[in-house]
Amino acid sequence: MSGIDIVARVLNDGGARGEAMVLDEPLSFWGGFDAQTGTIVDQHHPQRGHCIAGRFLILPESRGSAGTPAGIAEAIRRGVGPVGIALGKPDVNVAVGAMVAGALYGVQVPVLLIDDAERARLRSGDRVQVAPGGRLRSDPPA
Amino acid sequence: MQNAPIELDDRDRALLDGAEGAAMRLAMQVVLRAAEITRATRLQDIRFAHIDACFYNGQAHVDFARFMLDNGARLAVPAWTNASLVSRVDADIRPEKDDPVVVSGARLLMDLYEQLGCEPVWTCAPYQLPGRPGVGEHIVGSESNAVTFYNSVVGARTNKYGDYLDVCAALVGRVPYSGLHTDEGRRGRALVDVGAIPEDLRREDIFHHVLGHHLGRLAGSRVPVIRGLAHDSNEDQLKAISAAAAASGAVGLFHAVGVTPEAPDEASAFQGRAPEVTVRVTPAELVAARDALSTGTPGPLAMVAVGTPHFSFSEFARLVALVEGRRVHADTAFYASTSRHVYAQIAKQGWAEMLARAGVQVIVDTCTYFSPAVRGCRGRVMTNSAKWAYYAPGMLAVESVFGTLEECVESAVRGEVWRDARLWRDAAWGVRG
Repeated sequence: MSGIDIVARVLNDGGARGEAMVLDEPLSFWGGFDAQTGTIVDQHHPQRGHCIAGRFLILPESRGSAGTPAGIAEAIRRGVGPVGIALGKPDVNVAVGAMVAGALYGVQVPVLLIDDAERARLRSGDRVQVAPGGRLRSDPPA
Repeated sequence: MQNAPIELDDRDRALLDGAEGAAMRLAMQVVLRAAEITRATRLQDIRFAHIDACFYNGQAHVDFARFMLDNGARLAVPAWTNASLVSRVDADIRPEKDDPVVVSGARLLMDLYEQLGCEPVWTCAPYQLPGRPGVGEHIVGSESNAVTFYNSVVGARTNKYGDYLDVCAALVGRVPYSGLHTDEGRRGRALVDVGAIPEDLRREDIFHHVLGHHLGRLAGSRVPVIRGLAHDSNEDQLKAISAAAAASGAVGLFHAVGVTPEAPDEASAFQGRAPEVTVRVTPAELVAARDALSTGTPGPLAMVAVGTPHFSFSEFARLVALVEGRRVHADTAFYASTSRHVYAQIAKQGWAEMLARAGVQVIVDTCTYFSPAVRGCRGRVMTNSAKWAYYAPGMLAVESVFGTLEECVESAVRGEVWRDARLWRDAAWGVRG
C-alpha cells in the first residue's frame, strides 16, 4: 500500500514524526483528559484509557471547554502531549494551546486542519511525518 | 495561511514589533492567530473580560501568568476572574495538606492574576455583580454559562474564549471580529416552540433547567430561538437555561421571544429571515430530559449542592424562606456556592448566620465540584442545577438526583430524597396518559 500526501492548512506550524492515533469523537482536554499522564479519561469517549503521549493525534475537534488550551500546554510541558495534531475543524483552542506551549517551552507541536475525506484515510498505527508549512505524509505501518 | 489580510492599526503593529515587551507581543500574536483561524478580517475593541485562565489545571497555567507578568503585561480593559479551584476566604474548603501541589498552585495562580490587575471576584456568575456591559457591547467571556448569559440575557457580544486567548484579548483589548460578535453570527437559526408544555409548568424553575438541558442537545451549532417562554421568566431562570444549554451542548447564544433583548419579536430574532429548522418540544421529550438528569434513585441523601452557577441574592432569599426555622438532617451536608460579593450581601441581611445555624454551608470563590468535602463524598447528592446534575456523575463518585430548590430543602431536612408529587406526575408536564 502506498502512502498518503496531504497539504494541510496550518493552525500552528512545526515539524513532527510519530505514530498516528485516530480519535473517533471530539475530546475535551480539560475534564476528559489527564494532562499529567496524557491519558483520555472521558468515560463516554470511545478511546477512553488510551495514552496520546508521543503520538500524532488525529481528531474531529476539541470539545468546547475553556480549559482545553491549558490542558494541551500542560501535557506538552510534561512531555506527555502529542507530537502533532490534525483536526477536522479550525479549532482555536487546540491551536492556541500548542502555540503558547511553543512560546513557553520551546516545543513546536504542529496543528493542522485537514478535510474529512483526508481524515478518513488516516489510520491509527500509520507512520506520520509533518514538515513545516503543513506538508503531511502518512505511510502504513512498517 | 491564504487568508484575506487582517486590518491592523498602528498599536497592533507596534505590539507585534515588541514595542511594549514580550508579553504584549505574545498576546497580540495569539489574538492575531485566532483571527486567522476564524477568518476574521478585522479586530474589534472590547470593554470588559471575564477570564478563565486563572482556574488552575497544572503548572502551564502558572508559567503563562508568570511569563506575562515578568514581561510587562498590562490589561487594556477591566478583567474579572472566574471561580477558582480553591477558596481564598475559607482554607478549610480545600486544605493544602490534601493536595499540596494543586492547592498551592491554585493559590499562587490567583495571586498572579491579582498582581496582573484583575478584579478578584472569583465567580462563574459575574453578571450578578454591579457593572454589567450594555446591549451590543463587545466583551470577552470564557466560562460557558457566563458566555451564554452575557450573549443571550445581557445582550453583550462574546464568543467562548478559551484559556490564554481570554487573557491575551484582555491585554490587547481586542478580539477577532467573528462569530457571535457579528450580526450574522447572532441571527436565530432554529425555532424551538415550547407551546405544547402546560403554561403553569412553564413558569416553574425546573422547567427552565430541563429546557436548557434539552436545548443543548437539540440545537447543535444553530442559534436557537425559543417561542413560548413565560414573559416574566426571571434572571435566575434564564441563568438556568444558559448554564444547562452550554453544558449539554454548545449553545453560546439563545433568543427567547418577548424575553431576551434581541428578540422583542420573532422577526427580530431571525433578522427577518425564516428559521432554518422548526422544532416543537413535546411533553414526552421534556420528561425524558428531566429524568435523564437523575442517575440516582430515591433514598438517603449524603449531600445537597446548590449554586451552580453561583447562587444569586434572589436565590438566597428563596432559600432563606424555605430553611427558616428548620434544620438540615445530621447525616446530610448542604452546600450553596456563591461569589464573595453575593456573600457580603447576604451577610448584611443576617442570612449567612441564619443559614449556618440551619446547617447550610455557604462556599465562596469556588464550586462544590472542587471541594474535598464533595470529592470525598460518596452516594446520593441532590441538586436543583441541571448543569451540576449533568457533570457531577462523571467528575465525582456520586449519583445525582435532580429536583427543585423546594425539594432539595425538604429532602435535606428529612435526610432522604423527597419528591413534590405535583411536579413529578407526567401529566403536569402535559403528557397525556
